[in-house]
Parts: sequence; C-alpha cells; structure tokens
Amino acid sequence: MRPLDVLGFAVRALRGHRLRTALSLLGVAIGVAAVVTLTALGEGARRYVLGQFAAVGTNMVIVLPGKTETTGGMPGFGGVPHDLTLEDARAVVRGVREADKVAPMVVGTETVAFGERRRQVALFGSTHEALEVRRLGVAHGRFLPPLAWDRGAPIAVLGSKLAQELFPATDPVGQVVRVGDWRMRVIGVLEPRGQQLGVNMDDVVVVPVATAMKMLNRTGLFRLVIQVRSHADLERAKSNVVRLLSERHGEEDVTVITQDAVISAFSSILGALTMALGGIAAVSLAVAGVGIMNVMLVSVSERTREVGLLKAIGAGRSQILAAFLTEAILISSAGGLLGLALGWAAVLVLVTAYPALPASPPLWAVLAAFSLSVAVGAVFGVLPARRATRLDPVAALAGR
Amino acid sequence: MIRLEGISRSYDLGGEPVHALVDVTEEIASGEYLAIMGPSGSGKSTLLHVLGCLDRPDQGRYELDGRDVSRLDEDELSLLRRHTIGFVFQFFHLVPRLTALGNVELPMLFAGIPPAERRARALARLKAVGLEPRAQHRPDQLSGGERQRVALARATVLEPKLLLADEPTGNLDTTSGRHVLEILEQMNAAGLTLIVVTHDPAVARRARRVLVLKDGRVVYRGSGAQIHEAVDVLSAAENGA
Repeated sequence: MRPLDVLGFAVRALRGHRLRTALSLLGVAIGVAAVVTLTALGEGARRYVLGQFAAVGTNMVIVLPGKTETTGGMPGFGGVPHDLTLEDARAVVRGVREADKVAPMVVGTETVAFGERRRQVALFGSTHEALEVRRLGVAHGRFLPPLAWDRGAPIAVLGSKLAQELFPATDPVGQVVRVGDWRMRVIGVLEPRGQQLGVNMDDVVVVPVATAMKMLNRTGLFRLVIQVRSHADLERAKSNVVRLLSERHGEEDVTVITQDAVISAFSSILGALTMALGGIAAVSLAVAGVGIMNVMLVSVSERTREVGLLKAIGAGRSQILAAFLTEAILISSAGGLLGLALGWAAVLVLVTAYPALPASPPLWAVLAAFSLSVAVGAVFGVLPARRATRLDPVAALAGR
Repeated sequence: MIRLEGISRSYDLGGEPVHALVDVTEEIASGEYLAIMGPSGSGKSTLLHVLGCLDRPDQGRYELDGRDVSRLDEDELSLLRRHTIGFVFQFFHLVPRLTALGNVELPMLFAGIPPAERRARALARLKAVGLEPRAQHRPDQLSGGERQRVALARATVLEPKLLLADEPTGNLDTTSGRHVLEILEQMNAAGLTLIVVTHDPAVARRARRVLVLKDGRVVYRGSGAQIHEAVDVLSAAENGA
C-alpha cells in the first residue's frame, strides 16, 4: 500500500464524520494553543526582566565596598572594610585596561525645592561617564560636564518626573533650585527611563560626585560602575579590578559583581517557570489524546463490517493498522496545526493589549507542542487500531 | 484446484459447541461451477469462509492451488485473499463513503498498484459489469442490483482464480438477480472457479454441480440438472428428518 493511498483512505474516512473529527481535533488544538500561549507568557516575562537589565547596560562590572561572605561569623570582626574612594576609582581607570568607562556613584536622599515646591528624591552623585554607563539620555539641556572628579560644582540634572513636578509650566534649565542646603543651577533634564534596578530614574537629582560626597558627608563611594570594552573581557576585568583594589587596600575587601551572573540567574529561573507552564499545558494534550482514543474506538466499532470487508479483499494486518493509526495521527496533527494558529493569534492579542510584555513563544515550545500533538495521536491511536486488526473477519463481516 | 480432507470446524455458541463442519472431504476442480445448499445452520457459510481463508478449520487439510493453506500465516493468507480469491456477499459490503470506482479500486489500493493503473483497471471492470456510467456514484445512489455488480467488479478486479459468492442474489429482485448470475456465469465461462452458496433452487440449478449440507456434513452431491433430487434432500433436512 502506497503511503499517499494510506493518507487518502484515512482522509476520506475522517471526512465521513466531520463533526466528530472536528471536536476531537479541537481538543488537541486547545492543548497546543495553551502550550504556545503560556510559554509565550513565560518567555515574555523572562525577556521583560532581561530587558530591564539590558537597559542598564550589559558589559558592566559593579564594585561594592565591603566583602560579602557567606561564612557566617560575627559582623564587625575581622576588620572594618576600607572605603571605596574616588582615588580607587581613578586607579581603576588607570590600571584596568579592559575598563572603557568608569562611573563612581554616591546615592543618598535629599530634598529638592524650587520656591514653595519641595520634593524628597534620590540624590545621585556621579560623573560625566554615568550618562553612557547607566544608559541615560538627556531630554533637554545637558548632562554633567566632564569635570575633574574631585571638583564639585553647584549644578544639577533633574529626572523627568521631578522636573515636571517642580516646573510644571516653566523651563527648568537655567533655574536655581535648593538641594538640601545647597543652591544649584539646573543644567539639564533626563529622558524618562522608569525603573532601573530598583531606582526610579525619573525621580532623581544628579549632581557631580564630589559635591554629593560633601552634601552627604561621605568619604566613600556607594559603588563603582565599570563599563568593559567587550563582553569577552568581562571576567578578566573583574579579576583585574579585584587584584588592583586588594593591593590598594591591603586586603580583599570589595565585592565585584557582573551583570552576567545576575542575568543568567534570573534567566534560568524564568526559563524554568516557562517550562513548568508548558508542562502544565501539555497535560491538556494528554486529555485530548484520550479524546482521540475514544473517537477512534467508536470509529472502529462503527466500521466493523468495513474492517471485515478489508480483510476479505486481502488487506493485511499492518495495512489495517496503518490505516487507523493514520486517522488518529491526522486528527492530532491537524489539531496541532490549528492549535499553533490559535496560540499565535492569542499571543498577538496579548502583545497588542500589553505592549510592554514582549510575549513570544520560544521555538522549543512550538516544536515540542506540535511534535507532542503528533505523538499523542500515534500513542492513543494504537489501541483502537490494534483492536481493528484483531477483529475476526467472519464475525466482523456479520457486524459482530 | 481445491482439495478438502476431513475438514472440521466447531465453535462455541452460548456455551454449547456447534459443529459447523464435520469431516468434510471434497474436491473442486479448476473452472467448476458449484452451488452449496443447505438449511440455515447447516454450515454452508462456514464452508465458504474456510474456502475463502477467512476462517481456519480445527481439523483437516485444505489445499488450494497445490498449497496447504492451513500452514500459512496471517500475512500469507491476506495475500492469498487478495490475489487468488474474490468474495461477493449477500449484503454487498460496499464502503459507503467511496464511489463505485473507489470501491472497485480498493483491493488494488492494498496491492500497492499506482493510481493511474488502478483507475484504468477499475473502469474496465465497471464496464464489464455495465456500470461505467455509474462510476462516480456512491453506493446509496445505486440500486441493489447495481451495488452487487459493483461488488462483483471489486471481487474480480485483481483477477482471482476462485470466486466465492454468499447468497449473491439473496437481496435482489428476480431480474437484477438474474443479471448478476449471468455476469457470474460469464466469468465462470472465462475460466473462473465459481462457488455459490444459496438456498434458492432456481439459483442452484444453474450450477454444474450441487452440494447439500446438513449439520456440517455433505449429505448430497449431484448435478444442477438433478436439482429436484437436491431439493428433496433439502426439504427432508429442513423438516428435521
């Protein structure tokens, strides 16, 4: 029997029961659509989180003062860590060749006031380099100029929300605001960026790092953000930074983290979540398989006489098995295709409704869902098909 | 062509063993035209099924075309049914969703014959039974006689040597029944071995040879011309004598 003839025979048999075929096909379609949609959601969540990190820049090494250790022990013993100073930052610029840009950062809270309006916001002390390193953009005016790092200046750049609230009608650039006890001239307004690693970059005031240290009465930096030339240099940059600062401090008392570690941790957690969602959805495919088995059993018992006839005209066991199995696989794979289309449509609706969520089914989920649907037909079609081949021809012809 | 030696077949019916065939020994020559008669339950259908390799005897030896059929496995039997034996049934057994042409093509589908050749051969067979214009009709659009002629075309499309007909006219009116018989007899005249199971003496008398079965045994052998003798034996059997 030629493969195309097996197919044709099965298609004609299925067309004889359109409603029944369509319903069991729909079962598979719903299962596949569920897998596609849910994994798309999971993947969307993963991409959203990764996108948040990417917005901060990916080729980054972050240096924090103090050594985070997981060995326990009483805090405070074993020496107070050295401050991470501006001098350390300069040493990194000079001594770590992989470092492209270095942005020292000091963070605190201050009140910004203009006339009667006052806002409590995050004070963000940094340098010219922060613009690029933190992937910021200037909507209006300019960012901090490239000053010497230890030179302060009474200038400030406002976050977009802060600027909007302090200056609802006027242009803030050129105006003088009070930041804490300091009077500062506004030189620019940031583009809206939203939340970046827990800090709302729209609700900040950015001042030169030396000024911020004086205002907050700090001797050390909050952190040092280093942009590395290329992704391949990341690990080397990290170890060079650790070595350099250990030499300067006489002990290893800084924590150096790369975004990579954080990103891959998040990515694998959310990837596992996606797989779990897909797995749950795949259960519905098994249910659909039972539906196919049921329909095929009904079909075999309805077509008992036909099976008897096929045996009488010389159809072999394997041919009858192939014919019925093909029917089951046709139902399930057609259902699979329909499910892919339904799932795709659902994802499209989702993306249109929530453009912020980059939902898209991962390729592995699409392939797995479709191959699983084909397999469901093959597995659950075996029992009915075997029942057909085992019919006694004489009894089958009599409809028994 | 066919040699049966001590064929017995019994089966269970509600706990009671039914002896459908008891020690049947018979030879049927190639090209013969044989009618098998008998009251219901006499085993004539079982004999036909054994001859057609749809049923296996419990005992005895069945030789078809020089081969011992009882030793063949399931796959070899289906090949035998496909190429050596043709079946015609009382209830036609056409596949309802297929056209007349599709039904005639069916055995060739399982034989793996390419579509173009299949179509040509099926049309030729339909033409031989006078149904070429009806090729695209489905069974429910055909009369009983037409359906049986489609079944005949299907049974003979792979040119078997043996044609087994189980009450081929049992569901037909006299005219279409005669038409079907005439086609069967033409095929027999062309060399096909024809075995017809019937309870209708008018059908049996046309055969060259007649067997009467009772309780699984052959109780009468005669020629079609002596059908009255066969009928006497038959009515005696039916009256339980």
